[in-house]
Amino acid sequence: MSASPRFRCIATRDLYKDYGRQRALAGVSLQLQAGQVTALLGENGAGKSTLLSILAGMLQPTRGLVRVDDQPLTEVDDVSFRRCLGVLSHEPRCYAELSPRENLQLFVQLYDVYRPATGSAASEAIERWLRAVNLERAAGRPVRTLSRGMLQRLAIARTLLHQPSLVLLDEPYTGLDQAGVAMLSSLITQERARGAILLIVTHDLATVAPLCDQVLVLSKGRLGACIELPFGSGTGETLLSAYRKADQRGPRSRSSDAATPPGSPP
Amino acid sequence: MTNNASSPHSASLPMGLLATSLILAVGFALVPQLILSAPNEPTMGFVQRIFYFHVPVAWLAMLGALTAGVASAVYLSSNSETADEIAASAAELAVVFGLCAIVSGPLWARKAWGVFWQWDVRLTTTALLWIIFVAYLFARRYGGPGARRLAAGLALFGAADVPLIYISVSIWRTIHPKTSVVPTLDRGMRPAFWAAMLLFSVLFFVLLGMRRRLERLRKQFNTLYLDADEAGLLDD
Amino acid sequence: MSPARFVGQVWLLLRKDVRVELRAGELIYATMLFAAIIVLLFSFAFLGGAPPTVEVMAGVLWVALALAGLVGISRSFEREREADTLRGLLLSPLSRSAVYLSKLLSMALLMSLVVVVVVPGLLLLFGMQLSGAGALGHLLGLLALGILGFTAIASLFSASLGRARGRELLLPLLVYPLSVPVLLAGARGTYDILYGTQESLIDAARWLRFLLAFDVLSITCGLWLFEPLSTNE
Repeated sequence: MSASPRFRCIATRDLYKDYGRQRALAGVSLQLQAGQVTALLGENGAGKSTLLSILAGMLQPTRGLVRVDDQPLTEVDDVSFRRCLGVLSHEPRCYAELSPRENLQLFVQLYDVYRPATGSAASEAIERWLRAVNLERAAGRPVRTLSRGMLQRLAIARTLLHQPSLVLLDEPYTGLDQAGVAMLSSLITQERARGAILLIVTHDLATVAPLCDQVLVLSKGRLGACIELPFGSGTGETLLSAYRKADQRGPRSRSSDAATPPGSPP
Repeated sequence: MTNNASSPHSASLPMGLLATSLILAVGFALVPQLILSAPNEPTMGFVQRIFYFHVPVAWLAMLGALTAGVASAVYLSSNSETADEIAASAAELAVVFGLCAIVSGPLWARKAWGVFWQWDVRLTTTALLWIIFVAYLFARRYGGPGARRLAAGLALFGAADVPLIYISVSIWRTIHPKTSVVPTLDRGMRPAFWAAMLLFSVLFFVLLGMRRRLERLRKQFNTLYLDADEAGLLDD
Repeated sequence: MSPARFVGQVWLLLRKDVRVELRAGELIYATMLFAAIIVLLFSFAFLGGAPPTVEVMAGVLWVALALAGLVGISRSFEREREADTLRGLLLSPLSRSAVYLSKLLSMALLMSLVVVVVVPGLLLLFGMQLSGAGALGHLLGLLALGILGFTAIASLFSASLGRARGRELLLPLLVYPLSVPVLLAGARGTYDILYGTQESLIDAARWLRFLLAFDVLSITCGLWLFEPLSTNE
């Protein structure tokens, strides 16, 4: 197996997605860099999930383009793209009848990492991840007996297990307790240091604020604000004010200055 | 600002459609005369004249199915919106003409065979084809996200049944009249038959063109509506 | 991708499906029980009349197979949807064809369990008789090919229905019309086998070949269509 390619950057240009007579996305242009964490904020129905699905290649935009390292996503080999993709959704995407360990074993084999996938390197990695998300004691129980928070921790391990270079996290803090929140935050920092592109959809402003380099606010299918923060400097207030600012501009204003990320041509 | 809302000739009814509609109007006045003046078939009598209707509509149902199948294959492999529009229109026509064939056939069969319906490969496959394309319309409407692709997959499988119908006639024993009756048609019946075939085929293509245009306009309307909404023109 | 890798992926997913279903249990037993109930229902429907003819038996066999099979398949895909695991598979770097093929095979295994119930049920309740090993071999071949053809269609459309509302209703609307050739060839072939003469066995062999051709066609179509049908537009 060739080493999985690392993505340096994923960007969208003027992305539109229409469902019949509803517009989920209306001209979204953004740029996500390797080694950066981007928080995506927005009220319910703002188009966050649609945007995530398009970035994951599971949904075709009506208009507009997704580029991965200057190559249109449609021209990237989809198997190698998916190999570098880690998606955490609302659903855990783990088999309820299998134990956490068996689930992780399955995903190690699916992603064909830690070769040979059945050898000691693989089982060491699995144990390491079970420890990292604090599931060692529940590792042998069927997943259906786990609590919501444990399920979320398993889903996090399953998302990051294969060291993806594009990580899309949809509400990753859901159901986690204090220790779980701290664990996830340190994992996110770790992934950032590893050079992954991270996009986090969240409502938990205070928690993600110190973690992110960029904040995007999506409002009625449009990017209402795009703020760059020096890493670690963000607080809940900075995010909240960005959120309010985007909201005040309202859905009608075509704020091209804010919607165009720095570095992309006007 | 939208690239697909601006094809110039789609706004007004195309001249080609108008001209063919005119041909249709003349045809529908003339062909019934031809059918009436064709000679009476000795054994079946007047009922045989349903043949001038049944054969063209059955042929167009199959053409519709085949068109929908091919267009669906093109849509699935290239994501072409035009192919999707053609597939949807052709599938609807397959349902309409198929219904005509399924209704007109038994009317003749009651007289010829004494029953409305027989277990016969050709009849059953035609009915099946019709059901598949009704299911296509269902899938397209209620299939949720990805409904169009789902329906396209169905149309592709459905169209594979069309050759099956044709081959089935020669492989299995069947009581349905064979397609080989057409070249051996009585000389007097030929004008009526071929005029009906031609007329219905023109009707098919006119309907296909208009239905496709409607589908295209609907999409353009939605895009325009959304663009207008975005620009704040629909606030009141 | 090398063929060995492909087979490895199919095998991995197939093993996962079997393991999950064996652990859950309910689907396997419920499907088999449902098949038994259908055979019983048919026997009640024909109660008191003349002893059922071989045509009736052939029809009952294939209708029971199709009804119970689709219920099991539909439920099995519902399980893959509950925690959105099917999406998880589609997002993994597996070949989509491997996902399709593994689903097809695990659903075929599930339908084989239906056969295990329905065929003895017919032997017991309908007095079905098989004349010799040749007839049994033909019947097993017919069933195997029929099941493959049916699951080729059912797996494709079950997987593609995604989260559409009313999918439980839509699935039979899509699958049954498309699988009519399977049911037709299966029922006619079974009739020929049960009829039990040398000539009728030759006819049955013709239906076997027809089913084989249908399977090749529908599995090829399925492999090609699974990719575009499983991604949303």
